[in-house]
Amino acid sequence: MKKECIAMLLAGGQGSRLYALTQKMAKPAVPFGGKYRIIDFPLSNCTNSGIDTVGVLTQYQPLELNDYIGNGQPWDLDRLRGGVHILPPYQTASGSSWYEGTANAIYQNIRFIERYDPEYIIVLGGDHIYKMDYSEMIAFHKEKGADATIAVLDVSLEEASRFGIMTCDETRRIVDFTEKPKHPKSTLASMGIYVFTWNKLEKYLIDNEQCCESKDFGKDIIPAMLENNEKMYAYSFNGYWKDVGTLYSLWEANMDILKSDDVLNLYDPEWKIYSRNMSLPPQYIGTDAQIQESLICDGCNINGNVNSSIIYSGVTVEKGVIIDHSVIMPGAVIKSGAVVKYAIIGEESIVESDVVIGASKEETEKWDIAVIGHGETISSGVTVAPGQMIPTI
Amino acid sequence: MIYNNVLGIIFANMHDESVSELTKVRTMGSILFGGRYRLIDFPLSNMANSGIPEVGVITKSNYQSLLDHIGSGREWDLSTKNGGLHLLPPFSHNNSGLYRGRIEALEGVLPFVQNSDADYVVMSDCDVATTIDFRTIIREHVKNNADITVVYAKHNFTDKGIGSKASTILEVNSDKRVTSVMVKPDILGEVNRSLNIFVIDRRILEKVVNRFSAEGYASFDKQVLQQNKANYKIYGYEHKGYYVKIEDMMTYYDANMDLLNIENKKQLFHNSAPIYTKVKDSGPAKYKEGSHVKNSLVADGCIIEGTVENSILFRGVKIAKGAIVRNCILMQNTIIDENAELHAVITDKRVTVGKNKLLTASKTNALFIKKNQKIEDE
Repeated sequence: MKKECIAMLLAGGQGSRLYALTQKMAKPAVPFGGKYRIIDFPLSNCTNSGIDTVGVLTQYQPLELNDYIGNGQPWDLDRLRGGVHILPPYQTASGSSWYEGTANAIYQNIRFIERYDPEYIIVLGGDHIYKMDYSEMIAFHKEKGADATIAVLDVSLEEASRFGIMTCDETRRIVDFTEKPKHPKSTLASMGIYVFTWNKLEKYLIDNEQCCESKDFGKDIIPAMLENNEKMYAYSFNGYWKDVGTLYSLWEANMDILKSDDVLNLYDPEWKIYSRNMSLPPQYIGTDAQIQESLICDGCNINGNVNSSIIYSGVTVEKGVIIDHSVIMPGAVIKSGAVVKYAIIGEESIVESDVVIGASKEETEKWDIAVIGHGETISSGVTVAPGQMIPTI
Repeated sequence: MIYNNVLGIIFANMHDESVSELTKVRTMGSILFGGRYRLIDFPLSNMANSGIPEVGVITKSNYQSLLDHIGSGREWDLSTKNGGLHLLPPFSHNNSGLYRGRIEALEGVLPFVQNSDADYVVMSDCDVATTIDFRTIIREHVKNNADITVVYAKHNFTDKGIGSKASTILEVNSDKRVTSVMVKPDILGEVNRSLNIFVIDRRILEKVVNRFSAEGYASFDKQVLQQNKANYKIYGYEHKGYYVKIEDMMTYYDANMDLLNIENKKQLFHNSAPIYTKVKDSGPAKYKEGSHVKNSLVADGCIIEGTVENSILFRGVKIAKGAIVRNCILMQNTIIDENAELHAVITDKRVTVGKNKLLTASKTNALFIKKNQKIEDE
């Protein structure tokens, strides 16, 4: 059946810079912002933008992610025509291969895409936190008569060398693109969100398979299209956008939610972020609790001191606990007298009594966030230094 | 598997009149309870968790909120091809208004019961919030070779509040056979109180409904349990788990407040048998600078800047700076504006209380503010 535009969500990356948090789950499945997982943001954006067909390309540790996405019902993507489809690598008569780069992953799913005979496809990553109306970007793409449109964000000059950086003319047409430049010529950074006119992209995907070692959008497809003078435009995005590919940026993005609703509003009825629900009772705030500037989710049982932190679903915080500027993931238990500062505590981990984890910037010289992976137990009396990670990887 | 052989029936409107303030705009089953639930979530989740594959919900009036809440039954995993959830609005040919009793309610949906090939029917009202495994009760019912099994719990009636006047009281012998039935008596002390949950053989249910509705009787408890206890093998099953029974505004208030005792909350909500409800996709609860929250249940989507103590906050409640809320039940999307102060108040959905407003009542007689009401600034 015909769809004007379908989304392809690249969710196969390992997210190796999240270390302990991505040992057993793909990065898009990592919990975020209290009751969400990272992938809820692009998936909810699709639904809110009226895109009802989404292919999710998985490869690394897909179990948690597959379970979480299920039939797509929480995002209204359980459709008779379209809906969400999980697309792992597969075997064919001529052999089998893993996804080797972002472009190759799409190339291997050309048959999936062709079933919907789309005019356009939008390619998304599974590692960014942002709210964006893709339908406006697609409208921009159509209006420009573009072959490819890249969403861009203005970043600082220091940050620019981490991104794909482009230069535009006055009509927003891209004239130059450099992946991770040492000496950036501009500060327009690619957000890793692309709209392509499908028949054009398909040609480049096939050509690229014949010629090139690497098979990436940023390294191969975009430069090749630019070289051939295809019509490529930059679509500016001004809202909140954060790459949560490192432990620090993941922690920082959580802290950003606490700043104010203008930064990343999770309460906008016009742009809800959907997530799979765990059927937990409301949170209970006990008589000894003190909570300031924090987010707390269903199923929690809080009896300690919580300051500037995000407490995810089903967490227990016992009496006498101090939690400050921390991210406590689903089902964790923080036992009496433990102190957790500037830290990420993974899912279902247990922090026993009187453990000290992390420290504030003022309290230490070598400051960084402390991280406890999923399902770890930190024994009573142990001290986890700022910047330390358990398990060590 | 005998449980595939069971039909569930839930009476959504039964007891509407006992909490008329709350049922003016909804059924008993859609009354909000415990921060994020509606009362029907309890029987529906219990049936789903007990593996009952087909459930009919009998409703009669004010059922818009009920339909909206249960939808296709997906949240309870009852949106299935075989069986699943059936909404049974009145097959309206004669009377209007409330059902006078279970017999009358069942008469209207008898074809639904007859078309089922289940051997057993589990019937439940919506006035009791509890976690109960119907499989155990059906097993007992089969073992006793019973026609009807009535679920009861021990309760000590005192002279406070409504007492026993809203309950059916049973006496059972050592084999658990029901020997005496009192409907809405006025008594004191510890007795066996019916929880309005029954297991009954489907064919007997059909006969009972046909016979007594033809004779013009409406009340199942009076006509079947009390008058005809010699003609049927009626057994009792004692439910020992935690439960609350809602019989008037005071018991409604107390039942909610009871959940602030963590032991009660643990018994009502355990991981092995979750209580499911409609998902709203609200953000996490937000505690802003200056918030002061103690001994309270708070649902997702609340934004708190003021003081909240000993209270139940449903989804999306906003407590502004300087506001004080104590011993209150605030339903969905209630807004308490700056420096307002509330003691022992129950607000229905979307109530707004203006700045500096003071509303106080006592815990034994909480003040009720009806849906959508706006109370102006002081």
